[in-house]
Amino acid sequence: MRILVLLKAVPVVGTERLDDALRTDRSVALEANGNDEYVLEAALKLTEAHGGEVTLLSVGPPGAMDPLRKALAMGATRAVHVADEAMRGSCYVGTARVLEAALRRLEYDLVFAGADTSDGQGGVIAPALAARLGLPYLSYASRIEPAPDGRTVTIRRLRPGGYDVLEAPMPALVMGTQVLGEPRYPSLRGIMQARNKEIRTWTLADLGLDARSVGAGAATTRVLRAEPPAQRAGATIIREAPETAVAQVIDLLAARRLI
Amino acid sequence: MTIVSPVAGGLADEERLLQETVRDFARREVAPGVGERDETEQFDRVLFTKMGELGLTAVPFSEEVGGAGFGYRAWTLVMEEMGYADMAMAVALSVHVLSQSPVIRWGTQEQKERWLPEMLTGTCLGAFALTEPHAGSDAAALRLRATPAGSPVAPTYHLQGSKVWITNAPDADRYLVFATVDPAAGPRGITAFLVERGTPGFRFGRKERKLGIRSSSACELLFEGAEVPAANRLGEEGQGYRIALSALAEGRISIAAACTGLAQAALDAAARYLTERTAFGRPLAEQQGLRFMLAEMAQKVAIARAMTRAAAEAKDRGESIGEASSLAKWTASDAAMAVTTDAVQLFGGYGYSREFPVERMMRDAKGAQIYEGTNQIHRLIVADQVLKRVTGESQH
Repeated sequence: MRILVLLKAVPVVGTERLDDALRTDRSVALEANGNDEYVLEAALKLTEAHGGEVTLLSVGPPGAMDPLRKALAMGATRAVHVADEAMRGSCYVGTARVLEAALRRLEYDLVFAGADTSDGQGGVIAPALAARLGLPYLSYASRIEPAPDGRTVTIRRLRPGGYDVLEAPMPALVMGTQVLGEPRYPSLRGIMQARNKEIRTWTLADLGLDARSVGAGAATTRVLRAEPPAQRAGATIIREAPETAVAQVIDLLAARRLI
Repeated sequence: MTIVSPVAGGLADEERLLQETVRDFARREVAPGVGERDETEQFDRVLFTKMGELGLTAVPFSEEVGGAGFGYRAWTLVMEEMGYADMAMAVALSVHVLSQSPVIRWGTQEQKERWLPEMLTGTCLGAFALTEPHAGSDAAALRLRATPAGSPVAPTYHLQGSKVWITNAPDADRYLVFATVDPAAGPRGITAFLVERGTPGFRFGRKERKLGIRSSSACELLFEGAEVPAANRLGEEGQGYRIALSALAEGRISIAAACTGLAQAALDAAARYLTERTAFGRPLAEQQGLRFMLAEMAQKVAIARAMTRAAAEAKDRGESIGEASSLAKWTASDAAMAVTTDAVQLFGGYGYSREFPVERMMRDAKGAQIYEGTNQIHRLIVADQVLKRVTGESQH
């Protein structure tokens, strides 16, 4: 089974900042988007159980190499990195266009995507890709089970109060949730083995895309303003012994009419 | 969370990923229970098994013998992260690695195949048994006696005597034990043996009750005619002292790295506290006198890290590490002691309380000035090397 995992390199959570154009600054240290690591874990477990290989696909700046190396050390077979300065400032449509072009050049039975990203939170790339490629779209998966004959895939889709069981023919695109299971640590031996794994780098030209069809110039939306959240009042830290501290916390809450 | 030091650069990609992975593991799996383990003085075997599954027990060994294939500089990154999260667990890991590296260097093919797989995966826990009641710094004076026995077809040695302060011993499965086949021969009589837990005539004595690293277990070993197959002799008779010294030189770099991590943890804790705590209407961090203290703590951590890295890089280049490893261990353990003590001072009353971690860090630091060669022994080693460069011969 060939599983393709979409992996986005995002700024290390907690260090996000905006660049001069009010876009997420990606020149900082990047890590794999947390949700993407959950679907990577599911992909690794499936190929370990049923055989096959896991290919990573990432669109992003040179800093994406670090999270890709980590994902290879976790056990992925190879990585494809689409990097091109002309993509900077792409909107969701532009990003989906690049990923679609890359997916058309790759072989897979299943495409896995995380629920959303810590720096974008649009959650639209996966369904957009399914629509553009004509793939069945299975969302909010908490369990993924390919049929033994390799023709269909069954998932549990989370819904309020329970789950639905869905089936679709392969190839299909599955958007997974954190219920799939905690991602593993890269094994230390895996880190060394990852040095010899293939990381293919593609440009827009390699994908046959016109640079003018993506990037800031082709963006369908633009950011007018970016506002920080309203400043919260300073935290009060109580460091007394528990018996004193409890009384102080009660007083504080009572003073604010919260109890 | 570890605050990345500005001098942490210059690492290979795989070393950075190793560092990040171990930091993540140490923060999520090791740090949370550190206070409780210290209070209960319990070694956490389940946690050690997890460390083995991750591959921590195989880091500095070549892929040919089943290791992860990293160099010793990479190993110092692991030990620094472990020391940051829990000095006691760092010491347990360091000793485990110390107990198997001589098997890789001096073992026969048969011994390597029999001994290493479970050690490299952390399925078995190792201990390194050199120290005796009357032979600490003067290790060559050890008295544990190994007497040839058995039959010509099944030769053995009888071990008679005792060891003390053997880290990991109460929980270990395999022991690298140093004994003498000829007490009159001094260092030239010392011989190394691989001894398994459960060997008849080999049992545990009193558990050591320590000031710090309390969740790293240590105890006395009692050998009462324990019979060890000659096939378990590591190297030749009389080679044991060389085996011990070469392992200890590596172990010192490892402990130096753990001390650097411990010192960094105390520095980070103190820096955070100075920004949170106010006195006289402003944060402590605005008091110049305290800023000076913090800066001097940071200076000591940076020196410890630099000297540790220098020693590890010398080992990776295949150079002699006697002097460099002594300098690193002495410097880093003194740095850990000074920085943790200053951290307690900066925390004031809270620093003296067992409710806050810097008190444990200060206790954990002290031992490192004593074990793996006291810092006074390291001064002798360094002085000997300095004089040797002048006179061309050893003065000691």
